[in-house]
Amino acid sequence: MTDLTDLGVAAIREGVAKGEFTAVEVAGAFNAAVAAAQPALNAFITLTPEKALEAAAAVDADRAGGKALGKMAGVPIGMKDLFATTGTTTTAASNILGNFVPPYESTVSQKLWDAGAGMLGKLNLDQFAMGSSNETSAFGNVISPWRREGSDAQLAPGGSSGGSSAAVSARIAPAATGTDTGGSIRQPAAFTGISGIKPTYGRCSRWGIVAFASSLDQAGPMARDVRDCAIMLEAMAGFDPKDSTSLDMPVPEWEANLNADLRGKKVGIPREYRMDGMDADVARVWDEGIAWLKDAGAEIVDINLAHTKYALPAYYIIAPAEASSNLARYDGVRYGLRDLPQGAGLQDMYAATRAAGFGAEVKRRIMIGTYVLSAGFYDAYYTQAQKVRTLISRDFMDAFQTVDVILAPTAPTAAFGLGEMVSDPLAMYLNDVFAVPASLAGLPAMSVPAGLDRQGLPLGLQLIGRPFDEQGVLDAGLAIESRAGFTARPAKWW
Amino acid sequence: MSDYRIQGATGEWEVVIGLEVHAQISTQAKLFSGAATAFGAEPNTQVSLVDAAMPGMLPVPNMECIRQAVRTGLAINAQINKWSRFDRKNYFYADLPQGYQISQLYHPIVGEGAIEVQLDDKNPESTKTIGIERIHVEQDAGKLMHDQHPTMSYVDLNRSGVALMEIVSRPDMRSPAEAGAYLSKLRTILRYVGSCDGNMDQGSMRADVNVSVRKPGEPFGTRTETKNVNSVRFVMAVVEQEAKRQVAVLEDGGKIVQETRLYDPDRNETRSMRSKEDAHDYRYFPDPDLLPVELDDAFLEECRASLPELPDAKRHRYESVLGLSAYNAGVLTAEVETSRWFEALLAESAAKQGKPESEVAKQAANWLTSELFGALNKLGKGLAESPVSPEAGGELLALVGKGTISGSAAKQVLEKMLETGDAPGVIVEREGLTQTSDTGAIEAAVDAVLAANADKVEQYKGGKEALFGFFVGQTMKAMQGKGNPGLVNEVLKAKLG
Amino acid sequence: MAGGNPAGPSFKRKNAMSVDTATVARIASLARIKVTEEEIAAMVPELNGILAWVEQLGEVNVEGIAPMTAVIPNKQRLREDIVNADPLTGGDVQDKVLSNAPAGEHGFFGVPKVIE
Repeated sequence: MTDLTDLGVAAIREGVAKGEFTAVEVAGAFNAAVAAAQPALNAFITLTPEKALEAAAAVDADRAGGKALGKMAGVPIGMKDLFATTGTTTTAASNILGNFVPPYESTVSQKLWDAGAGMLGKLNLDQFAMGSSNETSAFGNVISPWRREGSDAQLAPGGSSGGSSAAVSARIAPAATGTDTGGSIRQPAAFTGISGIKPTYGRCSRWGIVAFASSLDQAGPMARDVRDCAIMLEAMAGFDPKDSTSLDMPVPEWEANLNADLRGKKVGIPREYRMDGMDADVARVWDEGIAWLKDAGAEIVDINLAHTKYALPAYYIIAPAEASSNLARYDGVRYGLRDLPQGAGLQDMYAATRAAGFGAEVKRRIMIGTYVLSAGFYDAYYTQAQKVRTLISRDFMDAFQTVDVILAPTAPTAAFGLGEMVSDPLAMYLNDVFAVPASLAGLPAMSVPAGLDRQGLPLGLQLIGRPFDEQGVLDAGLAIESRAGFTARPAKWW
Repeated sequence: MSDYRIQGATGEWEVVIGLEVHAQISTQAKLFSGAATAFGAEPNTQVSLVDAAMPGMLPVPNMECIRQAVRTGLAINAQINKWSRFDRKNYFYADLPQGYQISQLYHPIVGEGAIEVQLDDKNPESTKTIGIERIHVEQDAGKLMHDQHPTMSYVDLNRSGVALMEIVSRPDMRSPAEAGAYLSKLRTILRYVGSCDGNMDQGSMRADVNVSVRKPGEPFGTRTETKNVNSVRFVMAVVEQEAKRQVAVLEDGGKIVQETRLYDPDRNETRSMRSKEDAHDYRYFPDPDLLPVELDDAFLEECRASLPELPDAKRHRYESVLGLSAYNAGVLTAEVETSRWFEALLAESAAKQGKPESEVAKQAANWLTSELFGALNKLGKGLAESPVSPEAGGELLALVGKGTISGSAAKQVLEKMLETGDAPGVIVEREGLTQTSDTGAIEAAVDAVLAANADKVEQYKGGKEALFGFFVGQTMKAMQGKGNPGLVNEVLKAKLG
Repeated sequence: MAGGNPAGPSFKRKNAMSVDTATVARIASLARIKVTEEEIAAMVPELNGILAWVEQLGEVNVEGIAPMTAVIPNKQRLREDIVNADPLTGGDVQDKVLSNAPAGEHGFFGVPKVIE
């Protein structure tokens, strides 16, 4: 019998539907894999094996009763601990929410449960999704299952969805939810050799997801391949009247329409992404990607995205500004941590609670955000950044007059080692240089594994599409996937 | 122009006043959540997860709040901004769960408008136009209670997220009376429009009073802002006290500090709120959870069409079309309920008499403002609690108008109506108050009166014509008020020669 | 802050917006985060590094460019004025609202006594 944990979303769904195995067997296998890996990888903050079994049993019962099965029927998944889950602690990897038990379920997680998925547990992440290495979690680092050839140094799984990327690449979850504010789905996917898509801003409801930067946050799936991403995104997406920025559009049948034949399509290659001193392996994989898309029938077109270099600085004004305000609600009054020093008044309680509850990176971003919004600085920083954001978005729209999809690296390097970057916040921020522009423009963008670097670590390629054209992104991703032949997986050392 | 001046040791001072009025928008649900807005619920029951600012909760605006703000803007002839958006005002307080208030700083929904106030009830010429700078929509805060526990303050979020309009005037007022007249007029307009119930006791309407003083002709002085003043009387008191205080400070060689103050009605004084260190760095920025509010012409047209006749227009119509006195027109339009009551009364009376409203309006207005108001006043009741309905009142007026009963009988009927709640027709029947036009009976009564008062007849004939009224009164009394006054007059005149 | 231009700082002036310990302390206070002097001292160069880096935005010519208001062109939906239309965003959930409260009683949240 096959090892059930080797199966992805489509295979599990099909096997369950055909009765080759039961959903409970699948849940049991993944529960066991999670439990075995948890001490080494620390991918989860909370384990919920009973939830996975419960959902699986319901699917098995539905199947036995001849009922129609959902898109994710029988698939146990990891849920990033940024999604509120009724009755299960939701921490955002922060001490300030360490004991928070939501009395509500996020729209996206509810949709997944409604589609027949089960929950293996709540996945670790960078605190409040702020980070690119999962080193800012209050619940410890996530250890990437990947290692450099001939080394057992601990590597970063990427961030902020580091628990998600580690779990999927370690084959302890067939798929996981992620959220992407400035690359938090794509960069960890690239670091761990899996696929992940951030849909168009507004495709997935933000209701019930702990907010980082409202104008950028988008949920999306992280899975082994493009098809699994398409299946899971269909289950996650959809209009939600509870979210003012939700797109009131039907969810396309992305999976059914997958098509790797790119004849008649034009693929843009942004000159500005080819930066001085670019990593040779990253450049090589990018060139291979260009060749593969050509092979798939696409025409390759050089494009300009003139304001690319300003995307990161604009992001590091806009995202912290929004975060400084979004995180003001963590004040120790209604939920979460309260630190009330002897004799403290209300305002002292706030300051003590937030000092004790937030990690260093969260504080740093709140400080930046507070500063750039403060009196006298708002226009110079925030308004200027939002104007630059308009220009960045306009660059993309101009390019999409000519091309259908854009191909670029996902990240400037392969995974780095834990501890290598933490002392230099700016260097860490620069890791999102290729991911952030699409976030600022709200565009659908995905990372697919494309090859290995000289140390045997995965590298990802990024596809960026027009607003609402997740299909174009998925199709180009599939074209790369089917030619890259990426079968590498981390050797099991845990 | 106001000639209100404060006499200081160094001469006369002028006071400059601007009001920021917070008016709760009359809606069922809150501005950004579906929780109810009703007054007086158990603590934290009218609170949604959105209002409690649970992680991941998001705002979705209530259309009715937008609609009422637009209708209010139209009622003050203001510019309506078809593109507006919400901003966050960031500060920390226990009554503010999100850590920010969603408000509108940069692009409010309503721009410049104005209202006209009348400073003297009796003088329709005493008007002044007060400019309104803007109206924006924002969230109310929750409530803190400090007296329930030795070491804790209690937080109730029932009000948190209730929709408010902030109506910001220009610094156009120059006296306590002008400030009072402005607030009263604004309240009247809001109640006509139906965008706010104007209930100041329950906090539905409250004003932040900006006051500064200057020597006439000089530039504006530094202002103070006295927060949350919740009656017209208190607003006037704040202006008076604060202006006096500022003059005293300035004449003492001091400076006015731009600060927030509170009014203490028990002591009739304002006092400084301990200023929070960074109170004024609110870090406003557009709320990224919300999109720009874009209104189309159809929406604006619907808002416009739904507006009722507004107090100024109504008052003008009462005078010019119905022929009412300026005073009566003012009294009858000051409260929207009064005008509704009056119009129902008038419609009923006119219908019952088969006459156009303009012919019976004066009678109705006089009866309402003197007879009914007087009677209700004695009972300690307002018009809303009147035991007499407009329909019953209209029936009573018709009985008088058609000559079925006399005016004096009508007073008796009203008394009975107030006592019993019975219809006027029933009372007239029961009490036998139908007036008589039987000339024989009237002549008999007149003869008796003249016979019994021969001395007065002599005096009358000797030129004391004022006695005519005495004879009328005596005759009516003899006939128990049932004699047709016209015929009584006629007969008396004939008999007295 | 260096400069003190009443019209606000300009990106064009090099290093015009560097922060000092007093500014960091003020920002921390505005953000209600208690910080020690050592933490402030550590934050000053970090924040200055980040701020100096974001200041390159000043190079961009943004004349006539409107700040972004909606990342995907979309306009605000407005909901009907109905109480508890969706139970997930309605009231009458006092138990849920209070279920995570660190302190409180009689249906209220409790905070250290505020003296007004």
